[in-house]
Amino acid sequence: MNVPVTRRNAVLGITAAATSLAAPSILRAQSAGQIVVVGGGFGGAACARALKRADAKLQVTLIEPSKSYISCPFSNEVIAGLREIEAQQFGYDKLAAEGINIVAQAATTIDTHKRGLTTGDGGTFGYDRLVLSPGIDFHLEALPGYDDAASETMPHAWKAGAQTLLLRRQLEAMADGGTVAIAIPANPSRCPPAPYERAGLIAHYLKAKKPRSKVLILDAKDNFSQQRLFEKAWKELYGDMIERVALSQGGRVTSVDPSTKTIITEFGNYTPDVANVIPPQRAGRVAAIAGTADATGWCPIDPTTFESKLVKDIHVIGDACLGGGIPKSASAASAQGKACAGAIVNLLAGRAPETPRLTGVCYNIVAPGYGFSLTGNYQPKDDIFAEVEGGATSPVDAPRELRAREAAEAERWFRIITADCFG
Amino acid sequence: MAALINVPSKAKRGDIIEIRTLTSHIMETGFRHTADGKLVPRNIITSFICRYNGAEVFRADLFPAIAANPYLSFFTVAKESGKFEFEWIGDNGYSSTASASITVE
Repeated sequence: MNVPVTRRNAVLGITAAATSLAAPSILRAQSAGQIVVVGGGFGGAACARALKRADAKLQVTLIEPSKSYISCPFSNEVIAGLREIEAQQFGYDKLAAEGINIVAQAATTIDTHKRGLTTGDGGTFGYDRLVLSPGIDFHLEALPGYDDAASETMPHAWKAGAQTLLLRRQLEAMADGGTVAIAIPANPSRCPPAPYERAGLIAHYLKAKKPRSKVLILDAKDNFSQQRLFEKAWKELYGDMIERVALSQGGRVTSVDPSTKTIITEFGNYTPDVANVIPPQRAGRVAAIAGTADATGWCPIDPTTFESKLVKDIHVIGDACLGGGIPKSASAASAQGKACAGAIVNLLAGRAPETPRLTGVCYNIVAPGYGFSLTGNYQPKDDIFAEVEGGATSPVDAPRELRAREAAEAERWFRIITADCFG
Repeated sequence: MAALINVPSKAKRGDIIEIRTLTSHIMETGFRHTADGKLVPRNIITSFICRYNGAEVFRADLFPAIAANPYLSFFTVAKESGKFEFEWIGDNGYSSTASASITVE
């Protein structure tokens, strides 16, 4: 036989001979490998695609309960009435056409010893490698009073879809002169600059439609990403419409009372007309089922392969993983998905994985035609991702033409990344 | 910014109540140097005292490792209506006070 004996072939041979799981193991041995990806966001879709493109013989299954993906990037524009939700929706048809098996089910159990996963409809899937890209869930124990029911009156709008539209309707229904509060959690959280982008875009809507209204930011942080750029833009575009209470001014939200729509901070109570409460977060539900989340609620990984430090043969990418210096963003998730795919292909072939160098880019829109950006490069260092040279942030003092150009670039970036992952 | 104080405005006699305080302060450690090599002198809050109707119920000593804008939260028993007084003392003659009243039923 001409097939080279790799570490994997040898291991699978032993498995086939020694366990009662002979049938699936033989199937695995005959194919180039079975990879199951859970979660069809930017990370999961990019990873599934990159795997199939790297090796057409791989059996790649993407498990995602939603029929289509609704993008968080640019959803702040939907809230502000600048864009429709349909422009945020992406299906999986193109991935299916490339030979990826799309399963519209939720993962329910994972057997990490037998390397198998079951779905809500009773489906079972064996894997050589499992990739989890489950995004975030809310850490509700950290915010007493907040739950699914509370999110119907105090929307988080931190998972795009119905919540995005609910917050938009609440803004539209609010009378002029009202206050819109945005409660912002501490890091780590999904897309750290996005709450501040939201504040600007909501102010844009209010300035045009309800100019006596205010945006009140209640913040569990003192400092935030691109702070000087944001604060300068707010002043320039919206004067005093946006007020921010930082952590050291008592801005940390400790609980909520949905019955009276009250936001409670360490030092006071607020009853805004619209309460956008973004709760503290942790890795998506599936991470806990797989046992890949640690006491922080997030998933520690080997930064070279994205393999979980807690569970063998499972890789975690995107918002759910502890990415060190990498912010949790769509751009980072898709870069991680591709790097993880590369590592898996090498591991299956018995080759040493290459050291990834990831680039994350983050655009913020403060008003139509007014944007700025942050680009960062990241590489493994001492067991975690660290930022390396080559990053850049837009200058604080820049002509409006540059802000307009960056706003146009942001739209181009969105078209490219969504086409790359879903198109 | 003045200090932030959170004392429940009302409590039942015997209740254990939480008191929170936060004051703006740079808490300069005294270990840092400027770009041209000069030592930045230490400037920290060194102690905090809380008195309940004149009697001390809580005291804390603060050190250079404590972050800027010290936030302190502690508990006491609501015994009688009256006033909580807070005092922060620090380097360079720093002194700041605040107070809050409580009704005990």
